[in-house]
Amino acid sequence: MTDAILQVNGLGKRFGGFVALEDIDLEVRQGERLGLIGPNGSGKSTLVNCVCGTLRNETGSVHFAGRQLDGLAAHRRTHMGLARSFQLPRPFMSLSVADNVRVPLVYTAQARAPATGPAGRLDERCIELLRLVGLDGKARRSPRDLTQVEMRKLELARAMAAEPKLLIADEAMAGLSHSEVEDIVALLLRLNAEGITIIMIEHIMRAVMSFSQRIAVLVSGRKIADGKPQEVVDNPDVVRAYLGQ
Amino acid sequence: MRSWTFTLLALAAGAVILALALAIGSDYLFFAGYVVLQFVVLATAWNVLGGYCGYVNFGSAAFFAIGVYTTVALQKLGANPARYLPDALSGLLQPLFPLSIPSLVVLGGLVAGVVGLGMGYLTLRLRGVFFAIATLAMAVVLQTLVINWPFVGGARGAYIIRPESITFAGLTLGYIEYLFAIMLLLAIGALCLARLIEKSRLGYGFAAIRDDETAAEAAGVPTLRLKLIATTISGALMGMAGAPYPYYIGYVEPGGSFGLQYAVNAIAMPMIGGTTTWAGPLIGALLLGSLQQIATVTISSAVNLLLVGVLLVVFVVVAPKGIIGLVLDRRRMRLAS
Repeated sequence: MTDAILQVNGLGKRFGGFVALEDIDLEVRQGERLGLIGPNGSGKSTLVNCVCGTLRNETGSVHFAGRQLDGLAAHRRTHMGLARSFQLPRPFMSLSVADNVRVPLVYTAQARAPATGPAGRLDERCIELLRLVGLDGKARRSPRDLTQVEMRKLELARAMAAEPKLLIADEAMAGLSHSEVEDIVALLLRLNAEGITIIMIEHIMRAVMSFSQRIAVLVSGRKIADGKPQEVVDNPDVVRAYLGQ
Repeated sequence: MRSWTFTLLALAAGAVILALALAIGSDYLFFAGYVVLQFVVLATAWNVLGGYCGYVNFGSAAFFAIGVYTTVALQKLGANPARYLPDALSGLLQPLFPLSIPSLVVLGGLVAGVVGLGMGYLTLRLRGVFFAIATLAMAVVLQTLVINWPFVGGARGAYIIRPESITFAGLTLGYIEYLFAIMLLLAIGALCLARLIEKSRLGYGFAAIRDDETAAEAAGVPTLRLKLIATTISGALMGMAGAPYPYYIGYVEPGGSFGLQYAVNAIAMPMIGGTTTWAGPLIGALLLGSLQQIATVTISSAVNLLLVGVLLVVFVVVAPKGIIGLVLDRRRMRLAS
């Protein structure tokens, strides 16, 4: 219990009459790699939004690094070390690709440790982060010139720029080629080895299986399984949810 | 370019403009130039919130009028403090009156800035068109208040007697020249501030808010605080632009100070120039402001707003990102090809 970095208790969220999430309990340990899967519309992104403060949950509570998050604005959560990428990329369109990464660098990483030095260091760091996702060649371009796939990579770079303790990658790999998926998985594994806890939300089972130490499954706003990857995919409830009766 | 280099260059350019205007020595030039410069300040101020943060303010005229009426109120108070204030206070304040124009500018900016902060706090949870409507409503409320406030003249308006000239450091300057110089300095200050914001941490935060507020929050940008900073700066600059106005015009009344021309021009000028950089409002204000002044003397003063309207429609269709936007887009295309 004590080494849980993220603890979600009895979390519920409804949109009007539609129950998006109901009584979700989830615990993520420090340094863990968790895969979160579920069919479309099962509430994965809503859960991320509630955890990150983009949406307010009606019931239940979220604890991160020992602090209760409920009611805290999203940017405060980011400052505490909770970063996420968006499922549908939301780049800052009027800024260059490098400046997109600069925003979280300046507002989160630098705000935490102000001694980053002169502006030149910041430029370097932007390029460094973009190189990690293979976008360093397009640093000065506008996000408009990027492909959907590149925008996903930019999302990831932006989340990493905030130097998080917990990174939530919301379908960062959709649409990527086989080798690109492997690149991103390798990158996430490397980040994890550096001590960052990672939640991966993904439909690409190959990536989820190779990455996750544990998998949680959401179906229709409820968590129906949580355990070791092989056990979860063999779970008859999970099979039924994905393939039907 | 470093900020202080830019400031020095801007000040030098301002000195050249002032010297040229003094050399030509036409009073009309100062009267017309004052209005153009006033629009440079207003457009730049609007752009801090509207262009950088993407929050469209339709209430610019109200902030301008706050500056105007702060001056009127202080002027009236200063003429006879013993009548309006308790003895102890009036005795204390008496030596301060009459207030100089620069101190009125500062006070007008202060009041308008506080109102900007308050308005921001009440309305910034609204987005898009709802925010715009709220600012419009605020302007109407403030105008109604002023109309029903006899101390500043109410609906009848108030007169301010402009001195003939001003002397400082042994130098005598015509009053309109003095006002022109102040507005010039204010315009330079506003432009330097806008450029400073653009290049700073604040500017990146503003741009992130403009592009995607949810993503900005996720990147750690405290959006509400930044928006409050923007409304305060924007409001304060507009108030500062309005503060010397009673001395310029000599007679103010609510209909004129809250006039449509301020609200419309403050939006149209940055839109036509380009909203993402400090140069946009400057170009837009110089272009539209001068055109309006020329139209006033050659055609009629009534054609002013028509001119703005037509140009705005043309630009929205042909160059939605303004003149600066056209240039930047071309550069981006070249980079991409």
